[in-house]
Amino acid sequence: MERSPSTSARLRLALRMLARDWRAGELRVLAAALVVAVASVTSVAFFADRVSQALVRDAHQLLGADLVMVSDHAWDPVMRKAIVEHGLRDAEAWNFISMVRAGDAQQAQGEGPRNQLAGVKAVSAGYPLRGRLRTAPKPGAPDAPAAEGPARGTVWIEERLVSALGAPVGTRVRVGRSTFTVAAVLTLEPERSASFFNIAPRLMMNLDDVAATGLIQPGSRVRYYLYAAGARPALAEFEAWAKKRLGRGQRIDTLEDGRPRVRESIDRAQRFLGLTALLAAVLAGVAVALGTRRFVERHLDGCAVMRCLGAGQGQLLALYATEFTLLGLAACALGSALGFAAQGVIAGTLADLLRAELPPPTLWPALRGFLVGMVLLLGFALPPLVQLKNVPALRVMRREAGAPKVSAAASYALGLGLLAILLVWQAGDVELGLTIVGGFAGAVLLYALIAWGALGLLSSGAIARRLGARSPALRYGLANLRRHTRANAVQVASLALGLTAVLLLSFTRNDLVDAWRRAAPPDAPNRFVLGIQPDQLEAVKAFFAEQGIAVPDLYPMVRGRLTAVNGVAVDGKDYAGERAKRLVERAFNLSYAQTLPSHNQLAAGRWWPRGQGVPRELSVEEGIARTLGWKLGDALTFSVGSDSFTARITSLRRLRWDSMKVNFFVMAPPQLLSNYAASFVTAFHLAEGREVAMNALAAQFPNLTVVDVGAAVRQAQAVIDQLITAVQFVFLFALGAGVLVLYSALVATEDERRREAALMRVVGASRRHVTGSQRVEFLAMGVLAGALATAGAAALGQLLARRVFELDLPPSAMLLVVGPLAGLALLSLNAWLSSRKVLRASPALTLREET
Amino acid sequence: MLGAAKAVPAAAMATMDANQRMIETTTVLEARGIGKTVKSGDRDLVILRDIDLAVTQGDAVAVIGASGSGKSTLLAILAGLDQPSTGQVRIDGADLSALDEDARAELRGRAVGFVFQSFQLLPALTALENVMLPLEIAGDPAAEDAARAMLERVGLAERLQHYPKHLSGGEQQRVALARAFVVRPKLLLADEPTGSLDAESGAGVIQLIFDLNRESGTTLVMVTHDESLAQRCKRIVRLAAGRIVA
Ligand SMILES: Nc1ncnc2c1ncn2[C@@H]1O[C@H](COP(=O)(O)OP(=O)(O)O)[C@@H](O)[C@H]1O
Ligand SMILES: [Mg+2]
Repeated sequence: MERSPSTSARLRLALRMLARDWRAGELRVLAAALVVAVASVTSVAFFADRVSQALVRDAHQLLGADLVMVSDHAWDPVMRKAIVEHGLRDAEAWNFISMVRAGDAQQAQGEGPRNQLAGVKAVSAGYPLRGRLRTAPKPGAPDAPAAEGPARGTVWIEERLVSALGAPVGTRVRVGRSTFTVAAVLTLEPERSASFFNIAPRLMMNLDDVAATGLIQPGSRVRYYLYAAGARPALAEFEAWAKKRLGRGQRIDTLEDGRPRVRESIDRAQRFLGLTALLAAVLAGVAVALGTRRFVERHLDGCAVMRCLGAGQGQLLALYATEFTLLGLAACALGSALGFAAQGVIAGTLADLLRAELPPPTLWPALRGFLVGMVLLLGFALPPLVQLKNVPALRVMRREAGAPKVSAAASYALGLGLLAILLVWQAGDVELGLTIVGGFAGAVLLYALIAWGALGLLSSGAIARRLGARSPALRYGLANLRRHTRANAVQVASLALGLTAVLLLSFTRNDLVDAWRRAAPPDAPNRFVLGIQPDQLEAVKAFFAEQGIAVPDLYPMVRGRLTAVNGVAVDGKDYAGERAKRLVERAFNLSYAQTLPSHNQLAAGRWWPRGQGVPRELSVEEGIARTLGWKLGDALTFSVGSDSFTARITSLRRLRWDSMKVNFFVMAPPQLLSNYAASFVTAFHLAEGREVAMNALAAQFPNLTVVDVGAAVRQAQAVIDQLITAVQFVFLFALGAGVLVLYSALVATEDERRREAALMRVVGASRRHVTGSQRVEFLAMGVLAGALATAGAAALGQLLARRVFELDLPPSAMLLVVGPLAGLALLSLNAWLSSRKVLRASPALTLREET
Repeated sequence: MLGAAKAVPAAAMATMDANQRMIETTTVLEARGIGKTVKSGDRDLVILRDIDLAVTQGDAVAVIGASGSGKSTLLAILAGLDQPSTGQVRIDGADLSALDEDARAELRGRAVGFVFQSFQLLPALTALENVMLPLEIAGDPAAEDAARAMLERVGLAERLQHYPKHLSGGEQQRVALARAFVVRPKLLLADEPTGSLDAESGAGVIQLIFDLNRESGTTLVMVTHDESLAQRCKRIVRLAAGRIVA
């Protein structure tokens, strides 16, 4: 007979063994864990792939050019000339806010002129250099790309402005001193970033018409843009040339650093999704490890028999490795298919956030899914599988010959190592990846150590004797605990881990989501009023009262430039990062108050005490302090007009920008700033249908600027809602993985217990005695697992709230009640199930099956 | 001779007899000076001492002795499942101590069949799959047909797709017998094959063992503590406290 089987024969045998083990139900949990892990990772990866394809496709369009230069004062004409001289195409635009009035036609209907603040963008010929403007003949009609910007004498307005002004295409509108014909409805423009002041509905006009409007006066708030596009080397050369000539308040945006906010929020969404997917993968790794352990335990006898029947060690190892690889490949394929379906759901949920049509995904993410699946399988299943080949054939005759013991640390080191590499790769961040793996391994170890210690203590001599005197069940139960300390500690730790995930994903997640939603409630302010003069304060308050609008807080605002930090003159070039440079070069809006604003929180230091001389103190927002490297005790010098002052940072404040309240980076005590010229600013919520009140405000106080941030608020809420939905969807995978871990942990010791119970009954123990003693054991383990999981979920929840969501999360009473109860319920279920199985079977049968 | 063989059936029988006699002279299993000592705490425990045994082709040997006398240990050593502390075992001419573990496994798969007191069927496999297993391990493409035929031979044609837990003890042991004989081993090692069975099914299994043994010319070494069963074998080796006493 041919004794060394061919490769194809081996493969066939592995396939047959796979089918047989599958039929026996030994591989299902394992396969399910892999499918969940791969599906969760690929769903996010497919989605990310589509988004990044779209971003590459639209990147230029988003910016409107290859390079954009922004200034808060008019550009030197030399600059624009230089663009052309470098062989690049050029364009120019000015942005400013202005009141727009409906023209004469509307007056005829007797409604009086309608006004609306609009974000005016005046563009030169050639704009945009990249991407296209799109217009429609009327609101809601299909749009088409436009070859050029608006012709002279005409404007394009956004749909919102059409309805606000009642000015359809063909009617006339007044901007400043000029009148224009509405030539089209503007449906799409490049660089549509959701930046604050862009939120006023857009009116686009020809740059050559601006002078006639008389709107641009010295001191007007205008942003001046220059655009360049062309070949890369020429661009780089021009950028280098221009950089040296930038003045204060001027900057260059390129594709790399000028990422619009839309991109930022998509990035954030992807990071959340990616991390959640990884959580599912890590949990699945635990389920795979537990599942394989059980598989190995159940196959020790079979392997010994096969070695008797002539299987060599290498052959056995190859057989099982092939079997598992085949299983893994099938699970990865299924998981990838599921992930593909799931990414459609994610993309659908985030449709508004994405705005653009996404290209279909490539197949690369599936490859990533296969990699994750195989790493989990090989990392966590292979080490225990290797034990199988070392089973002595003698085990068929002497059961004690047993299996060689391999230390858990050694066998899972491979899995953890591979997982760490995977996480680092997936997170794109070494520190983050290692933190997750380390945190996870640390948590498991901590759980196991605490469980081991607590179980050991509970069953230790003194305590066991005192408790055990009460009932024999208690005594035997505690004796069991002592005998199984190690195995039980592992079981408690894995149970606690699974339960932590489930608790975290059900309770803590809801708390987090609620807290997140509450951060931007529906009655968040939707109007900002700027430029209130001190002598108008009382009149403005009276106006609000008249209109039946709760009088909002009015905050003083003094504009100052940062000139020195700790006596060293400030230069934007000293700061790393565009944001930091921009922050220090821009004028700061300084405010003053005697008390901490109610929606701010003290993060460090102390708030200034009430009235005693002129305290030279400042309170700074935490984030900007971090960005600019400011610490408590640093001395900042600001120039206000021709004057300047220096004060020390004595406190750091934490605040939420997306709360839409008025917030300031830098605040000072009133004594320090009240002598400078201040204007006041406020934010309030204008109920739907009360827009007329704003017209009245504009009429009564023409110098005020009212900004409608309602749209921004709505957008922020929509984005948050979509993010929540998408993240929750991916959470489902992690939840599934958590449940699988729980299940695997529950059945982990089932076989062993069954055998022992049978033995006890053989030596004459009653059913009640057996169940009683097992119940004591399970009870202790359940309480422990529940308590560990509760503590773990609470701690992780806090960590997530602080670090990721930047929220304060009050500890959940519900979690504290449900957590331990869930632990108890699980173990009771386990006790009931196992005692039913154990006691139904006759002892002889159980023992014969087992030996 | 040739002419006679063609003409008369009786002559053919005679030829077979002659062949058998010729084979009988080959030694299939040979043990020399086997001793087994294990460490038990800080004392050495002697389980087997100075065992010499030679079994020739087609022989049937019963190893009999009280419980704990070392029968199973001896069998494990003869099968190469366990290493002796002293002495040497040869199966089919090959010195086990000169072979590595994989070569011993290969030898077992090719030349040795096993029957255990506790059957040792794989619970996740059907009767048919259990019998196919040794052939599959050897890479035999015709495993299924051979296994089917073997199960029919042991009277389990109706039980092919049954799992061990749905078979009676006697049926399980017959599946184990089919699995042992399906590779046509030179040597069958049986450790108390009826130990877990009631008298009736035990008798059936024993009858089957002797029948199969005769049909396939296998050499049989059977451990038992049943005197009447031992009497049916050609030779009896008595073991007491790790020594051969008769
Ligand atoms: N590896 C071992 N370690 C300790 N004692 C052993 C070992 N192997 C066998 N024994 C002991 O040797 C004696 C003989 O065992 P065994 O061969 O199973 O006897 P039998 O099969 O005749 O009942 C028994 O007392 C058994 O406990
Ligand atoms: Mg024995």
